[in-house]
Amino acid sequence: MATPVTNTPEQTHAPSSARLYGMIAEFETPGDLLHAAEKVRDEGYRWWDCHTPFAVHGLDGAMGIKRTWLPVCVFIAGATGTTAAFLLQAFTNSWSFSVWAGVWVTGYPFQVSGKPAMSLPAFIPVIFELTILFSALACVFLMFLFNGLPRHYHPLFKSARFRRATNDRFFISIEAKDPKFLPKKTEEFLRSLNPVAVEAVED
Amino acid sequence: MTTLSHDSKLANPDNTVDVPGERAALVLNMDKFSQVTATVCRVNEADRAPTAWYIAFALAVSLLSVLGICIGYLFATGVGVWGLNNPVMWAYDITNFVFWVGIGHAGTLISAILFLFRQKWRTGINRFAEAMTIFAVICAGTFPGIHVGRVWFAYWLFPIPNQMEMWPQFRSPLLWDVFAVSTYFTVSLLFWYTGMVPDLATLRDRAKGKLQQLGYGLFSLGWRGSNRHWHRYERAYLLLAALSTPLVLSVHSVVSFDFATSQLPGWHTTIFPPYFVAGAIFSGFAMVVTLAVPARELFGLKDLITLRHLDNMNKIILVTGCMVGYAYSIEFFIAWYSGARYEKFAFMNRAFGQYWWAYLIMVSCNVITPQLFWFKKIRTSIPIMFVLSIVVNVGMWFERFVIIVSSLANDFLPSSWDLFVPTWVDIGTMVGAFGLFFTLFLLFCRYLPMIAMAEVKAVMPQADPHGAGAGKHGKH
Repeated sequence: MATPVTNTPEQTHAPSSARLYGMIAEFETPGDLLHAAEKVRDEGYRWWDCHTPFAVHGLDGAMGIKRTWLPVCVFIAGATGTTAAFLLQAFTNSWSFSVWAGVWVTGYPFQVSGKPAMSLPAFIPVIFELTILFSALACVFLMFLFNGLPRHYHPLFKSARFRRATNDRFFISIEAKDPKFLPKKTEEFLRSLNPVAVEAVED
Repeated sequence: MTTLSHDSKLANPDNTVDVPGERAALVLNMDKFSQVTATVCRVNEADRAPTAWYIAFALAVSLLSVLGICIGYLFATGVGVWGLNNPVMWAYDITNFVFWVGIGHAGTLISAILFLFRQKWRTGINRFAEAMTIFAVICAGTFPGIHVGRVWFAYWLFPIPNQMEMWPQFRSPLLWDVFAVSTYFTVSLLFWYTGMVPDLATLRDRAKGKLQQLGYGLFSLGWRGSNRHWHRYERAYLLLAALSTPLVLSVHSVVSFDFATSQLPGWHTTIFPPYFVAGAIFSGFAMVVTLAVPARELFGLKDLITLRHLDNMNKIILVTGCMVGYAYSIEFFIAWYSGARYEKFAFMNRAFGQYWWAYLIMVSCNVITPQLFWFKKIRTSIPIMFVLSIVVNVGMWFERFVIIVSSLANDFLPSSWDLFVPTWVDIGTMVGAFGLFFTLFLLFCRYLPMIAMAEVKAVMPQADPHGAGAGKHGKH
């Protein structure tokens, strides 16, 4: 059993009312982890994960992770930025009608530097910048959102052993909610992968 | 347990030599991931920083207070405290702005462009180069902010609905600049922070004190190295690199539009965007070398920021220095070739007029001295590269000064000509900006992971699951 350790300050759980979160297995090298991950995937587990100090090359394939939709979302955000930047400039500098944006605001076309009110070439730098800005914001925030982060409490943080996942060790975790999870059987299975150690983690 | 196929390199600390068919080691004297963690985290975990850090910090904070005093005096009195006069309405303020924005460019180049080009040596230097970018852009942003005269109206720069129904003028390059620089700052900050999350998690997992656990715990967002997370993270990182690459090229191009779209001889040239970008990368890399040399010495990071990293950066300084030199000569050629009297005069005046000394400093620091980097002995000599990197930045500051001031001082009409002479406030603000920069940088060195541990580990031979990191199952 894992020794409950205070790992994140948010954690105030009492260990007595514990139920099993899952099982972790520790590996020494990325190669060992990769082979083990292939076996876990082939065994048919679904609620499982690998934990590594850096992105291990080829692990996505070994785990059978599907490609993320993130780039599509970022593209949509970028297109929104392009449109928003064009409308912003056209509204403020080229059109003269009113819209409600918290308060009623009115566009104000005026002649300056001999450029026409609707001068698309002059609008391009801001259109470009806002496209990049919207894309980058969407990229970072959606990445963390899709990853379910920030999440400051997680049962895995209770394991002192698991702390090396951000240092130099490689872990596989199988969650108890996986339909194939049976404490005895899963532990045996994990041991058959030749890990350095296997440990049960409580929630 | 781990088989090392690159053992031979560990014995040979000189990784600046290229052995055909073998990749040069980027991490020296370390074959375990935990050694990387320990080396980088030691800086943040030490009870006391090195004495030199305290001395540098005291100096930086003193300079920062000089900046505060100068800005306070400026706000209380008005821009008349600067040496500006009627033709020269931009001088130190915009020189400093362009200088600092330029410094920032190297960080984004290292983190984004070298990432897209799969230059693995970037991992040793990208974190603090990106930090440098952010702090440089903060310094840069200060200057347009304070030069507007009535600073309490600075919010007019942004399209905020207001009771006067007044909007910014989107057809002006000065406004493009606002959007370019603020986007650049935001995206650089996102890139830097995203890259830092796994390393903050490392510091969190090692933290002993309550405060460290709280701080690093909060900012690491609960990162637990999950590969399902890494998958999206790597995607996001690639996208950010792809977005930052055109962004960084656009930022200094837009800065150059401030000049190039005007009618003033000496400013009105089409070569400005690429010329400014090359100059920005040139000065930025010089600043990275200036910072890296003492930092690796002071914090014991010589095995991670190796001589090869410095050698590579010096090569980039050499290349971009040549580009800048080419731009200087083409400017002269075009001035002559155009047949325009004012253009010809502007350039002759730049080199031989009242600011001849500034022009001479610019050419000797930016074009002549970097040529020394053709020699490997010089590229790999720590003291010489340190001095040369400072020389480059002196030269690049003068480049902006020459472009801005010499063009403004002598425009079309000789009766309106005047000479710009800086006041103590001009000089104090310029020097003080270095205080702001170094204060932020020193705080960063002490409290945040200075080297991207996760990325460095990933480029070690031991990280290859089919090579040195295959483990007991052997190779595939």
